[in-house]
Amino acid sequence: MSAFWHWYVAALTLVFIVVMVWLFISTGKAQVPTGENEQGEKTTGHVWDGDLAELNNPMPRWWLWLFYLTVIFALAYLVLYPGLGRYGGMLGWSSAGQYEQEMVVANETFEARFAALASEPLEVLANNEEAIRVGRNLFAHNCSTCHGSDARGASGYPNLTDDHWIWGSSTDQIWHSIYLGRQAAMPGFGAALSDQDVTRVATYVQQLAGLSVDQTMAAAGKKQYDMICSACHGPQGLGNPLLGAPNLTAGVYTYGGSLDDLRYTIREGRNGVMPAQKDLLGEIRTRFVAAYILSMQQDMVIDEALVRE
Amino acid sequence: MNQSATYNDRVVRQFAVMTVVWGIVGMLVGVWIAAQLIWPNMSMEIPWLSYGRLRPLHTNAVIFAFGGSALFATSYYAVQRTCHTRLFSDKLAAFTFWGWQVVIVGAAITLPMGLTMGREYAELIWPIAILVALVWVAYVVVFFGTIVQRKVKHIYVANWFFGAFILTVAVLHIVNNLVVPTSLTHSYPIYSGTVDAMVQWWYGHNAVGFFLTAGFLGMMYYFVPKQAGRPVYSYRLSIVHFWSLIAIYMWAGPHHLHYTALPDWVQSLGMVFSLILLAPSWGGMINGIMTLSGAWYKLRTDPILRFMIVALSFYGMSTFEGPMMSIKTVNALSHYTDWTIGHVHSGALGWVAMISIGSLYTLFPRILGLKEMYSTRLIEWHFWTSTIGTVLYIVAMWIAGVMQGLMWRTFNDDGTLTYTFIEVLKLTEPFYLLRLLGGMIFLSGMFIMAYNLYRTWQTAPSKLQAVPVIQPAHA
Repeated sequence: MSAFWHWYVAALTLVFIVVMVWLFISTGKAQVPTGENEQGEKTTGHVWDGDLAELNNPMPRWWLWLFYLTVIFALAYLVLYPGLGRYGGMLGWSSAGQYEQEMVVANETFEARFAALASEPLEVLANNEEAIRVGRNLFAHNCSTCHGSDARGASGYPNLTDDHWIWGSSTDQIWHSIYLGRQAAMPGFGAALSDQDVTRVATYVQQLAGLSVDQTMAAAGKKQYDMICSACHGPQGLGNPLLGAPNLTAGVYTYGGSLDDLRYTIREGRNGVMPAQKDLLGEIRTRFVAAYILSMQQDMVIDEALVRE
Repeated sequence: MNQSATYNDRVVRQFAVMTVVWGIVGMLVGVWIAAQLIWPNMSMEIPWLSYGRLRPLHTNAVIFAFGGSALFATSYYAVQRTCHTRLFSDKLAAFTFWGWQVVIVGAAITLPMGLTMGREYAELIWPIAILVALVWVAYVVVFFGTIVQRKVKHIYVANWFFGAFILTVAVLHIVNNLVVPTSLTHSYPIYSGTVDAMVQWWYGHNAVGFFLTAGFLGMMYYFVPKQAGRPVYSYRLSIVHFWSLIAIYMWAGPHHLHYTALPDWVQSLGMVFSLILLAPSWGGMINGIMTLSGAWYKLRTDPILRFMIVALSFYGMSTFEGPMMSIKTVNALSHYTDWTIGHVHSGALGWVAMISIGSLYTLFPRILGLKEMYSTRLIEWHFWTSTIGTVLYIVAMWIAGVMQGLMWRTFNDDGTLTYTFIEVLKLTEPFYLLRLLGGMIFLSGMFIMAYNLYRTWQTAPSKLQAVPVIQPAHA
């Protein structure tokens, strides 16, 4: 705020308040014409529309004091808090400062409560009820927007409850995915492949997942696949977690497995991003989230064991 | 008889009847969207029946169609009587009536189509906004033209309030609608970012202050003394609260933007002036209620007067609640909750609608050449439906709002929110039902009014005689 606007705001505000107080004081003393109505009451002497008139009772004292009190409160507030232009107020309060202060207190409370627990190995945390509860809460607030409140994902966002892991399923790999983030890069081959070739490759990719497809198309697709795709997805289509190249034989797709979806993916490419939580959630909170994710893996293993029995 | 020696009550009758019609339409839409909050599938996936499109239709219909028509009717009626002269121009007055109806129909077509400026209470697209401006300029000319021609030197207090309302709304509407059109139905505001938000809420809050407060205080200052048969309580109080009300309202808009990107100093000024506004607002309530001193006994037999007194009570309550909600600490709880909706409706149903209804019951017989309405008993019924409906509505929203505010700010020990939005919504549902019930009861009263008006009209002389202008008691 420039000096001009600072003084403009401060002066206008104070002058305005003074004028309002003057209005209340001076008008109370103002003399007005007087008359009398049929009941003998003192009126202002004006009559409109046959019977409309005005008395001139004094303003209620409690009401005047209500006004003066609000003015006193306002002036005190403007001394203590920002309001008069650039003047920041005696308390040095600001809404940004209040936010930062509350965040500091919240973080200190959180760390005092949970830092010790978070230092346990992730495998231990994944079996700790409290860690899982905190992780689930944090997941609901920070991750569910993309991965869904049940963590089963959505189109473009991987399901975190199955055993299909694009970037690897070890504890370290999952930790890396969450803490440092991931940037996938499936290039688009629309320029290199004709529409027909794209369809052929897509058909072969479906065959890799065990679908029964047109054999001629798939065979033609395999030629292109071996030349272009196998570099990342591997000759057998098993993928490569180091590159984030998904396993194509599992029948699990982030962007859909229909022929159209696959054709789109091959033609245009995909660039999935998992944002790094390092600077968003910080280490302690991310550990709880990772514990929650890992705990769901264990649940699944147990579920499968039950099914086998 | 010389036409200039009679009042122009034709335009008053037109606006008065449309007040009832638009009241029913606007409140019906309100009841519909209140039900949609409980049963979201009611719109059957028809876009123009959906909540997002009908909500602005509801607000526009009740504020500008119902409230606006009531203000036109009563201000045209009162300004002629208190200036002892006919309206300045019959043609311009007729233009304001037909122009305003076209605006309303335009809103009723465009808003459900999804055509909007996206500014709350100023949604109408620019071609309609231009028509609003034209009608309003005509209103300014008719009203102030009549004031200029007055036969009594002193201007009656009701006209100060009507005048302030009419002038200020013109300024508010024009400044908030400065846009660059990109097509017939779309435009961009000339402001951007925080400035745009501040202009919008400077408009929005003063729409409350001048349209819904000053305008209806003008109505109150004519019809309460008239119906009570008593002089206005205090002339000085009128002066002080009039000038302080209109001056201080201008500063209060920022309280709609607490804890946003709006600079702290603007928020502080908005808050302190909202608090200073309390006494000036209450001045109108005191002057209205105290006008009944010496005539309290009339409340026992006159449901019209009861409408007015209850309206003034709700006015006092809302204008107390408003400054409280503008305090940042309170606002941190109340903002974005249904408490705000409850606050608005205690003003809209309790004050605006009830003072309008009371005034219309005073007005109708007088513009139909009759002594009184067809049935006082039906007015009594209307009074109770309005009062009970309003109380149910605002109590439901108070409880829901405070509950929502408290649940939204409850944290777990790990710093996360304890309740999801959907959990809060689930607990709000019974209060939405109660609100719907309150709204339906209030709406039922409007149907009673329509029936009462219809029967009253049937007893009116088939050829209405123009009412001669009363000679002023003094110059």
